[in-house]
Amino acid sequence: MNTEKIIPPFAEDDDRVDGIEKVTGRATYTADFKPANMAYGVFVTSTIARGAVKNLLLHEARNAPGVLDILWYQNCPALPGYRPWAADPQKKGFEWRGLKIFDNNLVHYFGQPIALVIASTWEKALKASALVKAEYIQETFEVDFDSLRKDPSRLKPSGEYKRGEPDAYKKAAFYVESEYHMPIETHNPIELHATIAVWEGDKKLTVYDKSQGPKGTQNELARLFGLETANVRVITRFVGGAFGSGLRSWPHVPAACIAAKLVNRPVRIQLSRRQMFTMVGYRPMAWQKIGIGAAADGTLTGITHHAVSNTSRYEDYREGIVNASQFLYECPNVNTSYKILPLDINTPTWMRGPGEASGAFALECGLDELAHKLNMDPVELRIKNHAVLHPQSKLPWSSKHLLACYDKGRELVGWHQRSSVPGQLTDKGRRVGFGMGGGVFGAYRGNATVKAVLTAEGKLTLMSAVSDMGPGTATAMVSIASGAMQIPASKVSFLLGDTDFPPGPTQGGSATTSTLGGAVSIICESLRDLLKEIALKQVTGFAGLQKEDLEFGKETLFSKKDNSLRISLGDLVKATGKPQLELVKEAGPNPAVMQKYAMNSFSAHFVKLAVDMETGAIELLKVVCTGDGGKIVSPKTARSQMIGGAVGGIGMALTEEALIDLKTGRYLNDNLGSYLVPRHTDVPYIDTWFPDIADPVINPLGTKGVGEIALVGFAAAVANAVFNATGKRIYRLPIKPAMLI
Amino acid sequence: MEKPTPVHGESRRNFIKKTTALTALAVTPGALVKAGENHESIASFFEKTPLKMEINGKAVEVLVDPGVSLLDMLREQLGLTGTKKGCDQGHCGSCMVLVDGKRVNACLSEATDNNGKKITTIEGLADGDKLHPVQEAFIRHDAFQCGYCTPGQIISAVACIREGQAGSEKEIREYMNDNICRCGAYPNIIAAIIEARDSGKKI
Repeated sequence: MNTEKIIPPFAEDDDRVDGIEKVTGRATYTADFKPANMAYGVFVTSTIARGAVKNLLLHEARNAPGVLDILWYQNCPALPGYRPWAADPQKKGFEWRGLKIFDNNLVHYFGQPIALVIASTWEKALKASALVKAEYIQETFEVDFDSLRKDPSRLKPSGEYKRGEPDAYKKAAFYVESEYHMPIETHNPIELHATIAVWEGDKKLTVYDKSQGPKGTQNELARLFGLETANVRVITRFVGGAFGSGLRSWPHVPAACIAAKLVNRPVRIQLSRRQMFTMVGYRPMAWQKIGIGAAADGTLTGITHHAVSNTSRYEDYREGIVNASQFLYECPNVNTSYKILPLDINTPTWMRGPGEASGAFALECGLDELAHKLNMDPVELRIKNHAVLHPQSKLPWSSKHLLACYDKGRELVGWHQRSSVPGQLTDKGRRVGFGMGGGVFGAYRGNATVKAVLTAEGKLTLMSAVSDMGPGTATAMVSIASGAMQIPASKVSFLLGDTDFPPGPTQGGSATTSTLGGAVSIICESLRDLLKEIALKQVTGFAGLQKEDLEFGKETLFSKKDNSLRISLGDLVKATGKPQLELVKEAGPNPAVMQKYAMNSFSAHFVKLAVDMETGAIELLKVVCTGDGGKIVSPKTARSQMIGGAVGGIGMALTEEALIDLKTGRYLNDNLGSYLVPRHTDVPYIDTWFPDIADPVINPLGTKGVGEIALVGFAAAVANAVFNATGKRIYRLPIKPAMLI
Repeated sequence: MEKPTPVHGESRRNFIKKTTALTALAVTPGALVKAGENHESIASFFEKTPLKMEINGKAVEVLVDPGVSLLDMLREQLGLTGTKKGCDQGHCGSCMVLVDGKRVNACLSEATDNNGKKITTIEGLADGDKLHPVQEAFIRHDAFQCGYCTPGQIISAVACIREGQAGSEKEIREYMNDNICRCGAYPNIIAAIIEARDSGKKI
């Protein structure tokens, strides 16, 4: 078991610590910064999907008002990270990932940046960018996923798995076998990606960037430009959503740095909404075939899951699309395969619940289909095949409270009203149905370093170089520290978003609270210990007592033997004669302990909806999301994250689909008017519930994370409810009204 | 079809020299030369339109370039960066401000069309340190995560209540539908609006 102490109560008041900044407009996102003398960069993008730039006619644009320079491959300096063999031998392993912007004249997809117009105002840069004329050498391109995925010679094998007998489902008494299709989904955070680069001489670079990992961006830029890491500072004070699009540095980040050097001024690049489709990744298209077999009593006997997703021609992207099928349910015979198909479009990337979210659509719809065939309640089918030990590793889970989620979810949604025969329930002429879907994601913990400063006024400040795209990292950290130190949240602050702070993790994979919160609780433990030592050695009255005799409460340290013997934390600092106490501590997982367990978060989503059979319109009537994310550190923000995941799931199930024109290779609906993300009218009240039971292994807090499980399995719940309402099984997302009439 | 060949940048580095502003300066009257140090600012001086507005209760005079949106004027010229750019196409609502009391997507409004008007941005809602009731309710109900669409949501919510279109939940959803929240805080936004509406405070 974990040797670290589980820290008792978290702060009660869990309003966001940055709430006032966010509601008053004082929160500063990347594009809100404006260093003196800043210029603006606007991209010119390719209008062919494959080939090369033969020439750019720049004369007119260069002479347009306000234009400072135009950056393209012909005047782009050689960058050490583009040519790793020429770089510092110590950094030999590094090569810039993905598109090397302005390195050469090749065009890999429609909308690829081929030049950057830099001007004194954004309007002038925009106007001049339209004056650049490109001459191309065109090549035949391929973007048709649905046809090309059928040609095995084009697919790159990306993992196979086998347990027991392959394709055993076909021999089962009852089995289903279906194919599932998912379109491109784009992250489309409302904050447009932006980067501002500021050089001080040739060796020092400050970058304001929308990033989920400022340290990662710092490292990538240091290696790309051959700079000392300490001479690159990345500032990410607020991030306006990202959902995975900020997990890596995209080509516009170096472009801003190169441009700033070229014009010898700070340069800001803010992508347009259209460019948000072509420059910062997306969830790939996926085809899946799943076969599931069971005995008459519902015991699973075989699962076979094959998947193909797309990548770009210039970079391989893979995700764990078939992984959950290998272990979410008890099943003796499982085989899976995963392949990727390169196309002439931009590279996909991790998007909330990457892999699992796509895979769960097939697995959880497949189970629903099987339950129907077995004439069994879909929840009972899952309970019947509930895995107690991890089916692959045979290790126990560090904690798993999925059964409780099923029970609570059923109760809250009113599952007892569900008819096992589709189309039986009606409401005002519409067909009503219930559906559910389960989700899973890895529970992780990494390393983080935190600095703590306690002042003579008794104020505690913690800091780490992480960023927060919205879940409320600082709020959770303040809550943890406030609880551990018994200091009110108003006197605790958490600083983030600056690489000048000690290194913290990239925000992704639902691991921030686990990783950073783990480190915060460790540093609080150290601080408590230090304060006790100070009291025992330097404060009269405490001499002779032991550490065990002391306790923290109400901003003081007191003796459990004599409650009147107490000293405020500020006075303890004063007792040292120093203006403040400072501690820096790195903390991370203990691999020896962690490897004895399987670690996952789990979810179960329940949906009640109505379908108008005349129009096909779907209205969500009730949504219940339950999630085992271990101990919930901040109930308010955890609920928000769960709701947010459900809304992402509503989009995946019912509205979101980025379309690529097969004739030109360009996105057809690259704006928020026609790429439909859920709006107010698409979202009902959403109920959330957590078992809220601490995981005894993962970290001192017992928190496992909820960011991904909030989404994983949700789309299946909607599709299954649509089947229950209408008797129509929809295998292609998003589900559109026309499919139901 | 011609086969594309990769051409690397560093092998054909070619810095093209810029034209200078000397000619422009030579023909410009002395008084105007003072207005700028190069050809660009002189040209801009001729093109700019002077505007007078009341922004968040203060009289503001500003010179704007042609084609500048109200949004970019607020953000880039006046430093009022609380109003956000989310799409620049009128689809997302994150740039919403009140113009003479009405909700407007500032990205779709030419700055010059707002001469003489009263503008309220997110920075103008609170009374000093005292938050507007809708701002308070947004915090209490956690009606946001990343906070980027929040200024637009709050401005829109204030107008929605003032317009009398915050009756039922359904009505609120309809009249807030121009504001996208990608983090999906919608249920909490609705709860916040209802609380602010029923608070008895002046909205």
